[in-house]
Amino acid sequence: MNRTLRRGVVPWLLPLVLTAAWEAAARAGLLSARVLPAPSGIALAFWGALSDGTLPHHVAISAGRAFAGLAIGGGLGFLLGLLTGVLPWAEDILDSSLQMLRNIPHLAIIPMVILWFGIDEEAKIFLVAAGVLFPMYFNTFQGIRSVDRGLVEMGRVYGLSRLGLYARVILPGALPSVLFGLRYSLGIMWLTLIVAETISASSGIGYMTMNAREFLQTDMVLVGIIVYALLGKLADMVARWLERRTLSWNPALWSGLEAA
Amino acid sequence: MGKLGPVPAAPPAALSARHELVLEGVGKSFAGKKVLDDLRLTIPAGQFVAVVGRSGGGKTTLMRLIAGLDSPTAGAIRIGGQTCRGIRPDVRLMFQDARLLPWQRILANVGIARGPGWRERAQRLLGEVGLGERAGDWPHVLSGGQRQRVALARALMTEPEILLLDEPFGALDALTRTEMHRLLLRVWREHGFTALLITHDVAEAVALADRVLVLRDGVVSDDIAIDPARAAGDAQSADLERRILQAV
Repeated sequence: MNRTLRRGVVPWLLPLVLTAAWEAAARAGLLSARVLPAPSGIALAFWGALSDGTLPHHVAISAGRAFAGLAIGGGLGFLLGLLTGVLPWAEDILDSSLQMLRNIPHLAIIPMVILWFGIDEEAKIFLVAAGVLFPMYFNTFQGIRSVDRGLVEMGRVYGLSRLGLYARVILPGALPSVLFGLRYSLGIMWLTLIVAETISASSGIGYMTMNAREFLQTDMVLVGIIVYALLGKLADMVARWLERRTLSWNPALWSGLEAA
Repeated sequence: MGKLGPVPAAPPAALSARHELVLEGVGKSFAGKKVLDDLRLTIPAGQFVAVVGRSGGGKTTLMRLIAGLDSPTAGAIRIGGQTCRGIRPDVRLMFQDARLLPWQRILANVGIARGPGWRERAQRLLGEVGLGERAGDWPHVLSGGQRQRVALARALMTEPEILLLDEPFGALDALTRTEMHRLLLRVWREHGFTALLITHDVAEAVALADRVLVLRDGVVSDDIAIDPARAAGDAQSADLERRILQAV
């Protein structure tokens, strides 16, 4: 067996064996369908929810909430990071306050959010936005601050305008850190949404799984969990693709991405 | 080591009148410590001057003042009769490291300040430094010497009157360094700018420059003219090198 084949096949062996054992145990009656349905049963439930349109419906709603929150919180975090990274007085005014707020776990404000927004859409979007704001802020700020001073000096000597300096030296220099912040934010985004939808919702994947729990449809609960995993993986893949596209100049990052 | 290549022609008269570099009692202190003290110098346009001296002797400070990155705490720097304030398009600085933007391709690095027709001009200058074929490459695939060539092409984009070189060849191997010397002399002759080279390497100073300034404890302790017409007089060069080394 050659090296690439081994790398492509071997990692799948353990999951395959475990799934086969699980399936066998369920069929032999060792596992109750209420505790853990057979993989084939989950696949059937998945297919059923997909073909009758309930799954796409809930996924679309959840994704809408997630990305609305990301756009608001991430955009705000990026702008704030830009502001404090570029203007020293903005850093003096904002940074220590933001660093303090950063230490509050955003899920701790759920009771406040429910008091403010009830259990409507705003509550979920607000929670996601609050969760992604700080990683985006912090990584943007750090990225701008860690741009090679020598390159900035070179830009000044070679006659770049202030705008040119930001567009061609500072922002591209900060981009790897900003994209790292984005990838990290995507993880937080899904996590926050799962919690928010599980607490209270009348639609979305969280609602779908909580609803299934009430009717003891363990297979649908597992479908919901798998969908969350797939969405998280998909978001991460998109973020990596974005990194590859925009950071193709960076050989170190390339090999890092390959290895990751 | 003798002068590399043929003897350079004298710069055109018009240039010498226009862009003489004059230091009038220039001083610079950092937190009360004097790094440069009452420097008085006149460098005619088109001259190739090497500044040698120990580390901490004020060489890099002098460069930064002329480049407009810092301002003197005493005296004034005049270029073509005009007092310098801040960064000027006719003064360019080559750093110890090439400082190319890693996220821009070679051509875009050369034409960093953009402006009308920058692509054609950048491409021509890349050809001039022997890298015409590499315009579309990323900086990280170039060798150290090639990167400094790109930096040289970038410095020439605005057709500077004064080119400051802050030990740009210090990190290169001996062969590449000699190649870069030859290239720099050729470009200097063709473009007619004033070159001011900081170096630790006395042999490099003698090989390249018309005039060697020894900077010691913030003052010019020696100002040695090197006869540009001398033949490959190795004995004479060695003699000069010895003299400068004693002064440093």
